[in-house]
Amino acid sequence: MAETAAIATTTPPTPGSRLRDFRHTEAGFRIVALGASVLVVAIFAGILVSLAAGAWPAVSRFAFGFLTSTAWNPVTEHFGALPAIYGTLVTSALAMLVAVPVGIGIAIFLTELCPRALRRPVGIATELLAGIPSIIYGIWGAFIFAPFFQQYIQPKIIDALSGFPVFSDLFAGPPYGIGIFTASLVLSIMILPFISAVTRDVFETVPPMLKEAAYGLGCTTWEVTWNVVLPYARSGIVGGAMLALGRALGETMAVTFVIGNAHKIASSLFAPGTTISAAIANEFTEAEGDIYRSAMMETGLILFLITFVVLAAAQLMIRRLEAQSGGRTQ
Amino acid sequence: MTQWKRPLAGIVLAVAQLCGLGGAKATDISGAGATFPYPIYAKWAEAYRAKTGIGLNYQSIGSGGGIAQIKAKTVTFGASDKPLAPNELDPAGLTQFPTVIGGVVPVVNISGLKPGEMVLDGKTLADIFLGKVTKWNDPEIKKLNPSMNLPGQAIAIVHRSDGSGTSFIFTNYLSKKSADWAKQVGAATSVEWPTGIGAKGNEGVAGNVGQTGGSIGYVEYAYAKQNHLNYVRMINKDGAPVTPTAAAFQAAAASADWAHAKDFYVILTDQSGHDAWPIAGATFILVYKKPSDPGATREALKFFKWAYENGSPLAESLDYVPLPGTTIQEIQKSWHDNIEAPAVP
Repeated sequence: MAETAAIATTTPPTPGSRLRDFRHTEAGFRIVALGASVLVVAIFAGILVSLAAGAWPAVSRFAFGFLTSTAWNPVTEHFGALPAIYGTLVTSALAMLVAVPVGIGIAIFLTELCPRALRRPVGIATELLAGIPSIIYGIWGAFIFAPFFQQYIQPKIIDALSGFPVFSDLFAGPPYGIGIFTASLVLSIMILPFISAVTRDVFETVPPMLKEAAYGLGCTTWEVTWNVVLPYARSGIVGGAMLALGRALGETMAVTFVIGNAHKIASSLFAPGTTISAAIANEFTEAEGDIYRSAMMETGLILFLITFVVLAAAQLMIRRLEAQSGGRTQ
Repeated sequence: MTQWKRPLAGIVLAVAQLCGLGGAKATDISGAGATFPYPIYAKWAEAYRAKTGIGLNYQSIGSGGGIAQIKAKTVTFGASDKPLAPNELDPAGLTQFPTVIGGVVPVVNISGLKPGEMVLDGKTLADIFLGKVTKWNDPEIKKLNPSMNLPGQAIAIVHRSDGSGTSFIFTNYLSKKSADWAKQVGAATSVEWPTGIGAKGNEGVAGNVGQTGGSIGYVEYAYAKQNHLNYVRMINKDGAPVTPTAAAFQAAAASADWAHAKDFYVILTDQSGHDAWPIAGATFILVYKKPSDPGATREALKFFKWAYENGSPLAESLDYVPLPGTTIQEIQKSWHDNIEAPAVP
């Protein structure tokens, strides 16, 4: 807009040339916009095709067994992605389990309960969490959090739960400090700002009249939040959560530091494991042999598909929620 | 529309020019591969350039990448921490030679223990990493350290999570000393570890060992030395306990039978010799026997000849161990015998 205005003022005001200028800008604008969107589609297709081509030797050799095998043996060249897929899904699910309630809680506090003076500092503090590079989370997790967790918290959890049937397996020793559980906690801190920021923005779009009407009827803050704000903001919350889940699934550096990088599936959440992206980051540079490299490519392809399915499911869910709430745009 | 074409053509031209200029200069030596020797190659290159004006463009992308790049002929030499077997070199038309020696040192974290106080042998080390020996006061460890008061603490194992020449040397040694290890795990830059946690890089292993009580890991010698880690003495092939020092690595290299090894395919683990450290290994350079650009290969060989003759003090300053003189003579003989480039140095 600024550009057209500039052209309009600097060129001599003969009607013909001005019209031509507009036409050129319009054509240029179309080409640039079209080019940008074509480029994105081309990059997407290119990544998918090159991943699939790179993964082909492993796909044809291991077939479906790649998804169900727990072997990861570069010596005998037997590869299976199950431990990495398991680690990816479990860490992301646990991280969401922690981050979604806390994130929504932060958003509710900031929009409904927080004193005005505190609103900005607390909001900015949570958003700053999103700006911290993931390597910092990794270093903090590995060198500050993990030793503390190993020394003071993990042994107590293991002792306290040792009598209960399922929990004693889920939280069994030895306390390494790092492992699936620690990775999930670090991930949850990383994705928290995505959830709280998006959710807060959505909460702020709830029309004040609705809330005031509810308060006028004598509703408590809890009732207003539960019956008015949350239903209104449902689809937005799901959107924010999915954005966070997308990040959790693909997070690499921070997870590599704290997950223990073992291609194993253990019953205990305290045991070391691995995720797809952590395994690729660790092993790709020194992966010798075509099958090894190809197996890594295939895990990448699987991660791509997992993320794709998750985002598609999120879209479907948002659409259904919107339909339920009577075609509201929010 | 014609308005759009002209700047576009200009951009295309500019990009083409940049690509042409961006390629390596004709005088520079190009190589790619192992990360472990990168610091010393960089230091040698700096000194070599100051003397001859010829630079080295070395990308430390990992041994696997180095092997792939030399096979794709995008570089003049590849670098690998793991020597290629003759049956892999021959079909590709490649030959290889070692440059410097590195070693692997087991490090432990047991409270009250001083560096070098604990003694282990290969069999026990393999049993620990197999998960068979799980406590520090196991009779197998006690037998080797009768005077020590060992705790009943669980052993936490830390290994490399990334593929690494360090892991290759270590697992190769364990394979030689333990039939179970050879059968169940084997030797490679990355293996299916039976137990323990994986950490990235020497610093990752050292960090995890440092903060996990009762842990054991293995790191590159230079790393252990510079960080004063709590190393373990090893009992070598001759039955003597050895402390990891540069001299002990050189003793391992000196006792190796380089002369009779085809393509220098020697792994310096479990070498005989009273003073030889048992977990050592050299890092290697790969070049074509019949290079498509003989001039470039000759320049690369000249660089390594210079490094063999003048680079030892620099190598020692970075805690790499230079090859013994006899081995260097063997290498230069092999250049003459194998590589078809004009006036091989």
